[in-house]
Amino acid sequence: MSDTQKKSWFQRLKDGLKRSTGAISTGIGNIFTKRKLDDDTLEELEDLLITADLGVSVAGKLTKALAKGRYDKEIDEEEVKTVLAAEIEAMLAPVAKPLDVNKGHKPHVILMTGVNGAGKTTTIGKLAKQYRDAGKRVMMAAGDTFRAAAVEQLVVWGERAGVPVITKEIGSDAAALAFEAVERAIQEGVDVLLIDTAGRLQNRRELMDELAKVVRVIGKKLDGAPHDTVIVLDATTGQNALHQVEVFKEIAKLTGIVMTKLDGTARGGVLVACAEKFSLPVHAIGVGEGIEDLQPFSPRDFARMIVGLE
Amino acid sequence: MFDSLSERLSGIFDGLKRRGALKESDVSDALREVRVALLEADVALPVVKDFVSRVKDKAIGQSVLKSVTPGQQVIKIVHDELVAMLGAEASGINLLGVPPVVILMVGLQGSGKTTTTAKLAKRLTEKEGKKVMMASLDVRRPAAQEQLKVLGEQIGVKTLPIVAGQMPVDITRRAMDAARLQGFDVLMLDTAGRLHVDAELMAEVKAVRDASQPLETLLVADSLTGQDAVNVAKAFDGEVGITGVALTRMDGDGRGGAALSMRAVTGKPIKLAGFGEKMDALEDFHPERVASRILGMGDVVSLVEKAAATIEKEDAEKMAKKMAKGEFDLDDMRTQLRQMSKLGGVQSILGMLPGMGKIKQAMAGASIDDKVFRRQEAIINSMTPTERKKPQVLNASRKKRIAAGAGVEVSEVNKLLKAHMQMAKMMKQMSKMGKSGRMPMMPGAMPPGFDKFLP
Ligand SMILES: Nc1nc2c(ncn2[C@@H]2O[C@H](COP(=O)(O)OP(=O)(O)OP(=O)(O)O)[C@@H](O)[C@H]2O)c(=O)[nH]1
Ligand SMILES: Nc1nc2c(ncn2[C@@H]2O[C@H](COP(=O)(O)OP(=O)(O)O)[C@@H](O)[C@H]2O)c(=O)[nH]1
Ligand SMILES: [Mg+2]
Ligand SMILES: [Mg+2]
Repeated sequence: MSDTQKKSWFQRLKDGLKRSTGAISTGIGNIFTKRKLDDDTLEELEDLLITADLGVSVAGKLTKALAKGRYDKEIDEEEVKTVLAAEIEAMLAPVAKPLDVNKGHKPHVILMTGVNGAGKTTTIGKLAKQYRDAGKRVMMAAGDTFRAAAVEQLVVWGERAGVPVITKEIGSDAAALAFEAVERAIQEGVDVLLIDTAGRLQNRRELMDELAKVVRVIGKKLDGAPHDTVIVLDATTGQNALHQVEVFKEIAKLTGIVMTKLDGTARGGVLVACAEKFSLPVHAIGVGEGIEDLQPFSPRDFARMIVGLE
Repeated sequence: MFDSLSERLSGIFDGLKRRGALKESDVSDALREVRVALLEADVALPVVKDFVSRVKDKAIGQSVLKSVTPGQQVIKIVHDELVAMLGAEASGINLLGVPPVVILMVGLQGSGKTTTTAKLAKRLTEKEGKKVMMASLDVRRPAAQEQLKVLGEQIGVKTLPIVAGQMPVDITRRAMDAARLQGFDVLMLDTAGRLHVDAELMAEVKAVRDASQPLETLLVADSLTGQDAVNVAKAFDGEVGITGVALTRMDGDGRGGAALSMRAVTGKPIKLAGFGEKMDALEDFHPERVASRILGMGDVVSLVEKAAATIEKEDAEKMAKKMAKGEFDLDDMRTQLRQMSKLGGVQSILGMLPGMGKIKQAMAGASIDDKVFRRQEAIINSMTPTERKKPQVLNASRKKRIAAGAGVEVSEVNKLLKAHMQMAKMMKQMSKMGKSGRMPMMPGAMPPGFDKFLP
């Protein structure tokens, strides 16, 4: 970890993404050593996008776009990659938006949501550090009052980031904790308040109701809050991520997405499908377990890495 | 969200009135749809390809049974092959060794290792009467050791005392010694999550394996995993050597294609399935159910079991009695609405029922969702007990009061009353059928006639 921390963020992003794109770029290389763009080739290409979790329909759309005007023509690897990357970048460009905490809200309240184990708590820790480094007064709230040692976990992140953490004992009402945290943040003149939540699967109605209540209660204490309600998606998740976003969006009024674990071999292609379907802003990507391992989301880099372009 | 395979196939075979053997062209068309269905269920592509070619060989030349449509027949072949590949025979946890027998849990970050460790420890303690100790080797995730300790306290299973700063292999040795000296039957080792491409951490887990000689090494994996499942399974099996897989978050509404991917690339059995965050939410793996789920065919068995587990028994019994008598007042309707929400909401129930894909689509299209049901409940909540018992007393002014209380229009109240009347009527009919023994009843699982809510 210490080793990676010295590298530039772009290098780290590339390292992370490269591992995951190795397979797809060799794959493309295999298909195209200059040959005709015919049905078989297109199908192979579609398959490669599918293995990046882009999903059948987005993969189909992209290959169709590629075939337009090029069908039956000789085409080389570089060109294929460039066209594909451009298509993907075009789909992602409108959604790339960093989390903006300078909109004049005091405190600016961010609620972190998502299914179990996605990386919510870690991402909050990383964000806290970034805002702190930017000179903000930051506070965190241990809103996961369910999972064993979830509070202790965030407290450790608080120490790492040098940020105070509001806690209640395990089993407390999450909405009550959120309410108290907002109150404290207002009293203490905090700039950014980051609220953690317990992981929950989107089909667990009672847990989703609880989340809706947390959102409501925050809004009651501070008009317009939470200013950002972010879903954290794990890059290893397949097509179910689409459904996660759909339900969380409806119930918790999502405003954006963070995707984590892009330092593995998962390529997170479902993000492309999400961008297309929900047009929710993508704020950042997680590329490791360290406190520095949160990067801005760059559509160009993401798209080029997906197809294996440097 | 997805068309079920049966819907896709009925599209292909609709109008195909031919009887006799399935022709190659029919089968190819159908298999294209099978391929898409599997990919949408997150089965990894290489596995899909292999699978489809196997099915093709089996399907061509099969004679079409008189009673089924060709579409159903293809589905049956696909389903049976899926079950066979997922592992038809159940395989349990191997404990046949010199105690303490070691079970090592490995996997990616956040996959559910710690939770599954505790769930399995609880099961071995309570169901198999084993003396179990757990030890956390996770020195990376903040408070990870604390997490296992808390779970151990919850389930009454001993955990190895935490020594700050000790490294995983040293903790392993200490755990082995402690388990041996204190006469434990089973030692469960929970490890830190790690990426399969992280050479340093993979070396660490190999050292732990060598120091502990586990009888079982379980790969704990999220059932919502996408195409990456093959890479993960291959790497952990290749490098560490796994004896089985534990799939978590099966309580989600993912289609669970990762199960097939992992089983196919490792050949190792799926031994456990996690169905929730609570300590008793651990089950054996049922290939049949997962096969149905992958194909989007619904899962009646699960639904029935889930219903039985979720619904308060007394409620269900009371309801069954009333149903048998053909009684059904607004209190009963409210109970039903609440039970439905406990089951995970309308969408998830519909997803579990075969043939409900279309209704689900219609509902999505008409943007009918659980909110409607919540509003219905709010309306009933605004009524007095008498009104709930005797809906006939509801006159215009009472309805107006109720509507105001629930924050809806009076027309909504009328709609609810109409739905209730229809349901009550159906209850009467059902109770008659029930008496004559023609109608299998599933008390409390779902309000009969709930589809009447649809516009
Ligand atoms: N490799 C990698 N691991 C990550 C990343 N983000 C989080 N993790 C790890 O994933 C695991 C789960 O992260 P958490 O932050 O606890 O996830 P959570 O969503 O809060 O989990 P619950 O509260 O249990 O639902 C931890 O082991 C983290 O270290 C990432 O970008 N890359
Ligand atoms: N819904 C659900 N959540 C689970 C299941 N198994 C584990 N979890 C949750 O997933 C998250 C990560 O689990 P944990 O055991 O800490 O994962 P680890 O990092 O692999 O040790 C926690 O929030 C657990 O409560 C399951 O089967 N279903
Ligand atoms: Mg957390
Ligand atoms: Mg753990």
